Amino acid sequence: MPTWISGRVRKAPENFVQGEGVRTVFAEARAGRRDFIRGAFATAASGMAAGVAVAQGVAGDGESAILNLPAHSTGLGQAVATDGYGKPSRYEANVQRRQSPGLTQTKQASVSFAPLQSLFGIVTPSGLHFERHHQGWWDIDPSQHRLMVNGMVKAAKVFTMDEIMRLPSVSRFHFIECGANTGMEWGNVAVPTVQYTHGMLSCSEFTGVPLITLLELAGADLKKGRFVLAEGADGSSMTRTIPMELIESGEVLVAYGQNGEMLRPEQGYPLRLVVPGVQGVSWVKYLRRIEVGDQPWAAKDEAVHYVDLMPDGLHRQYTSIQECKSVVTTPSGGQMLLDKGFYNITGLAWSGRGKVQRVDVSVDGGRNWRTARLESPVLSKCLTRFNIDWVWDGKPAIIQSRAMDETGYVQPNYQQLRAARGSRSIYHNNAIQSWAVQESGEVVNVQLS
Amino acid sequence: MFSSREWRAVALAGLLCVGLGAQAQQGKGAYPGIGRDATVKEVAAWDIDVRPDFKGLPAGSGSVERGQGVWEAKCASCHGVFGESNEVFSPLVGGTTPEDIQSGRVARLRDAGFPGRTTLMKVPTVSTLWDYINRAMPWTQPKSLSTEEVYAVTAYLLNLGSIVPDDFTLSDKNIAEVQKRMPNRNGMTTDHALWPGPEFAKGRKPDTTAKACMRDCPVEPKVASRLPDFARNNHGNLADQNRLVGAQRGVQTGAPAAAPAAKPAQDGAAKAPTALLDKNTCTACHAMDQKLVGPAFADIAKKYGGKADYLAGRIRAGSSGVWGNVPMPAQSLSDDEAQTIARWLAGTGKP
Repeated sequence: MPTWISGRVRKAPENFVQGEGVRTVFAEARAGRRDFIRGAFATAASGMAAGVAVAQGVAGDGESAILNLPAHSTGLGQAVATDGYGKPSRYEANVQRRQSPGLTQTKQASVSFAPLQSLFGIVTPSGLHFERHHQGWWDIDPSQHRLMVNGMVKAAKVFTMDEIMRLPSVSRFHFIECGANTGMEWGNVAVPTVQYTHGMLSCSEFTGVPLITLLELAGADLKKGRFVLAEGADGSSMTRTIPMELIESGEVLVAYGQNGEMLRPEQGYPLRLVVPGVQGVSWVKYLRRIEVGDQPWAAKDEAVHYVDLMPDGLHRQYTSIQECKSVVTTPSGGQMLLDKGFYNITGLAWSGRGKVQRVDVSVDGGRNWRTARLESPVLSKCLTRFNIDWVWDGKPAIIQSRAMDETGYVQPNYQQLRAARGSRSIYHNNAIQSWAVQESGEVVNVQLS
Repeated sequence: MFSSREWRAVALAGLLCVGLGAQAQQGKGAYPGIGRDATVKEVAAWDIDVRPDFKGLPAGSGSVERGQGVWEAKCASCHGVFGESNEVFSPLVGGTTPEDIQSGRVARLRDAGFPGRTTLMKVPTVSTLWDYINRAMPWTQPKSLSTEEVYAVTAYLLNLGSIVPDDFTLSDKNIAEVQKRMPNRNGMTTDHALWPGPEFAKGRKPDTTAKACMRDCPVEPKVASRLPDFARNNHGNLADQNRLVGAQRGVQTGAPAAAPAAKPAQDGAAKAPTALLDKNTCTACHAMDQKLVGPAFADIAKKYGGKADYLAGRIRAGSSGVWGNVPMPAQSLSDDEAQTIARWLAGTGKP
């Protein structure tokens, strides 16, 4: 609720801190949080708005932002096509995909995480799409790229990009989640924000050709050939086994388009496989070959990595589906609520088995739940955005979200997941995430048990 | 709902022709002018995968002894002389016992107190090793090994794990026998609900059965884990990783990011040819100011100032023993590129 200040507040120097920020800075000072003040003043000094969000207060005649017309209201702005490919506002520079320090030993076999805490809706901007490379990324000349289809087919075929792009295409929204997403948290809390807990997740509109079309062109033996190998053209030449049944459904795409433009190089330009609902490693980038066969391949990423260690020492092999999962992105770890009052709790839910049916949100650590609003579109094997109202009373709270998909499967909490699998897996952690809101307003990543 | 196959059957039967006109008449595969037949040589060039039943394995052989030579020249710099290094990648060798080779189950995987999981502890199929070395190794020059070298280096790796003896020669003829000695060959299960096809555990239900309780639910009673205070800043200042407008800000966990101070350029020193260093994956082993697998560029520059020709030769031919026991393999880059990098290191480059 806004608190109207009637007292006189000394006006801040021009371009220093916004009027409404002053109150917060003093409040912070009273609370003894000096680093906050340093931060506020440092940002101000660097010429950026300190961006301190609080209930508005007005001193004297009103705010400078209103009373003194800014340059953009009194001058001439920039011309069209100043930038042939537009970029985000300079005020958005904090929104970046980032590495998690110490997670990997080389930058070519590594990962960068999408800033989920800063994204709206369900589509990930292509430049913020998470990255996972196994042997570095390349920018490949599309005129030199070929796709081969061989194995149990009447005739092995070669396609150019031109030819693939001539075929009837479809465009579909799907999430892609790395099998290791949230993997760092299997044993205990390890990382501070949703960017690092859940940021190996993105969602795009992909455009391409159903793989079944190309298999039919090559005369694939769909009776005996019940498995397909997909292989990349990069150094790692990533290979993964895909079941033919999924391909026959028409869902698996050979895709060249992403969010209305060509794939980004980091996402496999000019061609990648799209395998809806299945972990990202199967979405082979720089796709060069499809082989039809009658057995799975036990590729390196199906025999050494992307296997799940159970308490009895057995590994589960060929675990591929990303089960129903959700996470609250706002408020989330590493953020600060600056005042009591109304908030919109929002987040993402998804399932590798179909549509999200329902998302419930708790603010008391899972004792009581309310059903959130699902924003349209609600699509199969796609991110779904949920929202729910919340008035923060300033007391500690633990925020969770729990998704259910159309199969009736309910997202487990850590106790339930560890009861089934122990805690030594790396992959397929879809447990309920807990964010603890402290009285200070700081939100912290916690796990209950 | 029809399956897509039924749909096609229906379409072919002509039931859908009403209102679809020529499109439905086209049927499957009716895309004239799209695609061509692959030549035998083209398929041979790309069809390199090897399956667990050894389909796709080329004939050939390689001895442990020869494999040691290949290993030390091309693999040890990342994986360590004994495959034990954790510096660049997780260790390949260790954690397996003669009993595991007998049982086909790695006992250490049952031991929660043993966090390490090496490749030989996990990999059930020897074909996986052969296939991956052949397609993706060495790290900076994938697909450069000959068939014989792949056999040899696979033999050496198996020997490091005591799976084959010192005098062993691995070949397409005996690899199936070796498979019977893989320490974790019985360590995999497909009894789970996470395969998106009907194979394996058909009809298997998911392994968790949570209920969507709404009121007065049983809760996980306590906060069992949280990020310790000393680790708050382990991902940098979170205030700099959140938007500056909206419902909340990032928490200050460290000093706000200052604009990086411009380093005064040394007289005559050229800017690092970053693109070249990245392109030739020099940066996989060398960093600017700190030792990684190989020495820091700064240390090389200090030691060999002015010696551009010597450095260019070393880059091209490889080097060993100067900076420690990890050798640098010969690098395949053009003379011009090697010279550019060498001149930069030697400080004789044009600014």
